[in-house]
Amino acid sequence: MKWLSDNAVDRLREETDLPDLGCSKYLVLRKLGSGGMGTVYLAQDVDLGRKVAVKVMNLADSSGGLASRMMREARIVALLEHPSIVPIHDVGTLDDGRVFYAMKLVLGKRLDQSAGGAASLYDMLRIFQKVCEAVAFAHTRGVIHRDLKPENIMVGPFGEVLVMDWGVAKVLSAERAEAALTAKDARAERQAIEDADLIATLPLAAGSAGDTSGGTIIGTPAYMPPEQARGETELLDERSDVYALGAILYFLLTGRPPYQSGSATDAGEQAATPRPRQIDKKIPRAIEAICLKAMSERREARYVSAEGIAGDVVRFLDGDPVSAYRENVFEKAGRWLNKNRFIVLLIVAYLIMRLIVFFSVGR
Amino acid sequence: MGNHRFPVTRLSAIIAASSANPEERTRAFEALVSAYWMPVYKYVRIKWNKPTEDARDLTQSFFLEAMEKNFFGRYDATKAKFRTFLRTCLDGFVANENKAASRIKRGGDATILSLDFDGAEEQLRIAAPPSAGSIDEYFEKEWARSVFSLALESFRAQMLDAGKEIHLRLFERYVIGADDDAPKTSYKALAAEFNISTTDVTNYLALARREFRRIVLEKLRELTATDEEYRREARALLGVDPQ
Repeated sequence: MKWLSDNAVDRLREETDLPDLGCSKYLVLRKLGSGGMGTVYLAQDVDLGRKVAVKVMNLADSSGGLASRMMREARIVALLEHPSIVPIHDVGTLDDGRVFYAMKLVLGKRLDQSAGGAASLYDMLRIFQKVCEAVAFAHTRGVIHRDLKPENIMVGPFGEVLVMDWGVAKVLSAERAEAALTAKDARAERQAIEDADLIATLPLAAGSAGDTSGGTIIGTPAYMPPEQARGETELLDERSDVYALGAILYFLLTGRPPYQSGSATDAGEQAATPRPRQIDKKIPRAIEAICLKAMSERREARYVSAEGIAGDVVRFLDGDPVSAYRENVFEKAGRWLNKNRFIVLLIVAYLIMRLIVFFSVGR
Repeated sequence: MGNHRFPVTRLSAIIAASSANPEERTRAFEALVSAYWMPVYKYVRIKWNKPTEDARDLTQSFFLEAMEKNFFGRYDATKAKFRTFLRTCLDGFVANENKAASRIKRGGDATILSLDFDGAEEQLRIAAPPSAGSIDEYFEKEWARSVFSLALESFRAQMLDAGKEIHLRLFERYVIGADDDAPKTSYKALAAEFNISTTDVTNYLALARREFRRIVLEKLRELTATDEEYRREARALLGVDPQ
């Protein structure tokens, strides 16, 4: 019997671990990554000859409930035709009982892996703005994500931003979602949306603060709002996503999630969470204010929807005052000078020229 | 979906080891020895710090005694993994042998199976020795190596029998053919190397992968006593629940 090296064993293990997609139109090529719920593989769509990403659940779906929930997720995502929301192509069940879905292949890095490094504050805020806009679009369709975190955001090589993993999303308003539909089979779609609204909790693996946890609490402790951490699912609305967006902004500004081991309900964690500027003094006060407003413990104090936070970020990037921060006169002047520095420089140059001419003629 | 997802074609060797049928018992015993002798030998060499000759004798006599006294028939799948049980038996066996001042070398001269002890020694020489606290992990790793080696051997034989040599060669080249540290060859490079299309590479590898997975699961089925243990082992070894 030939001796296998450790690497050979690892490679064989990896190959054997690849799911058998023989019952579908996909051929698995290699593993791309894995999470608490499932593993994502690069696969080839045999019929269309294109590469796709296939997510296969780690556990078999013995009751059939998971398959129907994933079908609902596919339907929810189908409502959200937006360039920053990854479309799901197909849902099915493998011969071994595990549910899978095929989605558009997104090449790029997860936000938690691509943040920091050489990226400037401006670049990060542009990415964040796109995330907010995608979530805002979902909000206009009556859908909330409920598990926004850097791990669920992909940044492509050309700066494209994609919000992934709508597995625990919830349809808040079937009417709003329905209004967005142009499908002919409105009745079937209406039923699908009503089904989608029933989405409660996918069987997720409990784990660290960075993992999506199971039970009645849906989401990821490090990024979830207090009402979600307390399991008050009836209180969840657009402002819950706004809180998570604030937490993502906190991560982008400081390089760490707001809560390292617990969640927003943990008083010790809250006390131990410094404001962004306590970590880095260079963070502009206005951006810190946007982050903290989004992460307000009281839902009423947050932005009403993702559109609000996106608007403030755009205003900041354009050099305009943001709603979350009241500037003093010096800050106003500094911002005005910064925004209009080209005109100011022209005026200063003009004045210098006039002075030179004045003194030259005066001699 | 149904029972076809379970590799039920072979009986559990652990259960068959207690069978009243001598032929079945021998087959089961051979299956268990072929999967476990290498981890057992290395474990005795490292954990018990035995010299080569003693480790060979102890490995042979352990399996011989296991067959004579039907050690494996006492295994209760609800209490522990078979590997844990086997290791407990082995530790007890070696400790008893140590206590006996004049140990009778019952297994020393007997040959149960043709075991490649020289090959095992060569592996021990090449591989980095495990740290003192990681002997459990070491045994698990050696067991996994043994299962994959056996599965690969069966896979080779079955693919050649089925006239699928190109599938076999592609699989070996793609998965284990490259240098240990080298990245996997691309499908495109494989297509050029084997003078076939990239689509063929994708399809052949998909089939080979499916067959290899089936054989590994079949091997696991053979080396476990119950469905529950089988699923647990598959999850530990392959990272997924086969059910």
